[in-house]
Amino acid sequence: MLLINCPYCGPRPEAEFANGGQAHIARPADPMSLTDDEWAAYLYMRDNTKGLHHERWRHANGCGRFFNASRDTTTDVIKRTYRMGERPEAEHQGAKP
Amino acid sequence: MQKFSALSLLRAGLTGHAGWQRQWRSPEPKSGYDVIIVGGGGHGLATAYYLASRYGVKNVAVLEKGWIGGGNTGRNTTIIRSNYLFDESAGIYEHALKLWEGLSQELNYNVMYSPRGVLMLAHNIHDVQSFKRHVHANRLNGIDNEWLSPEECKEFCPPLNVGGSMRYPILGGALQRRGGTARHDAVAWGYARAADALGVDIIENCEVTGIRRAPTGEVVGVDTTRGSINAKRIGVVAAGNTSTVMNMAGVRLPLESFPLQALVSEPVKPIFPCVVMSNTIHAYISQSDKGEMVIGAGTDVYTSYTQRGGLHIVNHTLDAICELVPAFRRLRMLRNWGGIVDVTPDRSPIVAKTPVSGLYVNCGWGTGGFKATPGSGEVFASTIAKDEPNKINAPFTIERFRDGAVIDEAAAAAVAH
Ligand SMILES: Cc1cc2nc3c(=O)[nH]c(=O)nc-3n(C[C@H](O)[C@H](O)[C@H](O)COP(=O)(O)OP(=O)(O)OC[C@H]3O[C@@H](n4cnc5c(N)ncnc54)[C@H](O)[C@@H]3O)c2cc1C
Ligand SMILES: [Zn+2]
Repeated sequence: MLLINCPYCGPRPEAEFANGGQAHIARPADPMSLTDDEWAAYLYMRDNTKGLHHERWRHANGCGRFFNASRDTTTDVIKRTYRMGERPEAEHQGAKP
Repeated sequence: MQKFSALSLLRAGLTGHAGWQRQWRSPEPKSGYDVIIVGGGGHGLATAYYLASRYGVKNVAVLEKGWIGGGNTGRNTTIIRSNYLFDESAGIYEHALKLWEGLSQELNYNVMYSPRGVLMLAHNIHDVQSFKRHVHANRLNGIDNEWLSPEECKEFCPPLNVGGSMRYPILGGALQRRGGTARHDAVAWGYARAADALGVDIIENCEVTGIRRAPTGEVVGVDTTRGSINAKRIGVVAAGNTSTVMNMAGVRLPLESFPLQALVSEPVKPIFPCVVMSNTIHAYISQSDKGEMVIGAGTDVYTSYTQRGGLHIVNHTLDAICELVPAFRRLRMLRNWGGIVDVTPDRSPIVAKTPVSGLYVNCGWGTGGFKATPGSGEVFASTIAKDEPNKINAPFTIERFRDGAVIDEAAAAAVAH
């Protein structure tokens, strides 16, 4: 079980959290202008990064808030958690955020 | 290839079993092949075997970064069944089940396919309705599946706790009698041995690190930890690592890789006659021929490549199993491990051509692809040999997500397996 540092509450066991998948996927501002391929890419295609991966978590059984985490998927070590609206740190931006 | 038979066993026995040959060669990679298969799991080895045996393509190499069968093939709980809801799924899983039935004879290798019956338990009204729907849909597709009352479940599998005060009582079950298990390692080894005998090079400790393409776009070969190798066609069958390999050719896929765990108990005398699965409470259980209870758990909630998962996930499954089979409460668990499974949004596989000429992909089998090994290999071989999908795998494209033609076994099963 991971120990996850909620930016609002501090470190808590993984069981308190829900995972929300890859972070920083913005909903297209004007969906009607997209081709079917672009819409499918938004809905379904994922980086599935092997290495540093940015993902959403929600402290579902705690404060209830969403935040992001940068985790290395080859070790499961969480390098950093950060609030919604913030970007992953420069040194952590190896992969496309 | 040295043929296995009762007679050859007897003969070798008389000479102290000293005369057995290697099961497959360990060749150096050639400078090029007609087809390179990336990934020496069951699906990759089966693809190579059918390319050589049925589709006349014998200049083939299987490149495996570790040892063959060391991925999900050697880590899975070996449940085999074909009673999926949709026609497309019925087509591909039943194709596989038919091949399982004759596989030991075809390969001259005992894969220990054991059609002992797979009983899928229903624990709530929704389960009951959805399983009955599956039974009807399967019958229309000529696939055996029948509904059992709780008492009939108990009769078929006596150790089950039926009635009593369970949190999730057994309200019945769907039974596929032709379903069962097979020996995972034997499947990899049997296909490897038969493919090798037809001239396929099986190259272990050879990780693919790049896919080389001509200026015109088509593939021309791969870079590996054992040097560059030319290839006219490349089939990627890398399970949990598929996204990483396909990235080398710039192809993005609708895949996420999750850890999935299993564990085995100490061996006990025969007590459990069939396979029991429960999607609702995440418990999958059967007894191996060695006597161990083989138990499958659920996936972790986050993507990972670590080949291990959280302890709370297996604990949850053991809680469920202790309720289902109270006699197992005193069993000790011996080993626990994880594999990385590649999951698509609709929980159906992709067995298809890709936007890159000469590059083919077979992936997305997620938590339930072992059962499909022979069928998947056979249709993938056909697709690579003819450069077009065959009827059975034609629906399993990448483009189905764009076109809204998903095969939503995720919704049909709640949990795929
Ligand atoms: C715990 C667990 C339980 C399961 N239970 C069941 C079950 O009961 N029933 C069922 O039907 N399915 C089950 N599955 C799913 C099933 O195991 C998989 O769907 C299936 O094995 C996938 O087959 P494969 O041969 O394609 O994969 P694998 O055996 O994983 O083969 C892929 C191979 O590709 C190799 N590879 C990866 N990258 C590279 C590279 N760059 N270069 C060279 N080689 C590479 C890997 O080393 C690996 O050997 C389970 C899976 C797990 C993990
Ligand atoms: Zn919190």
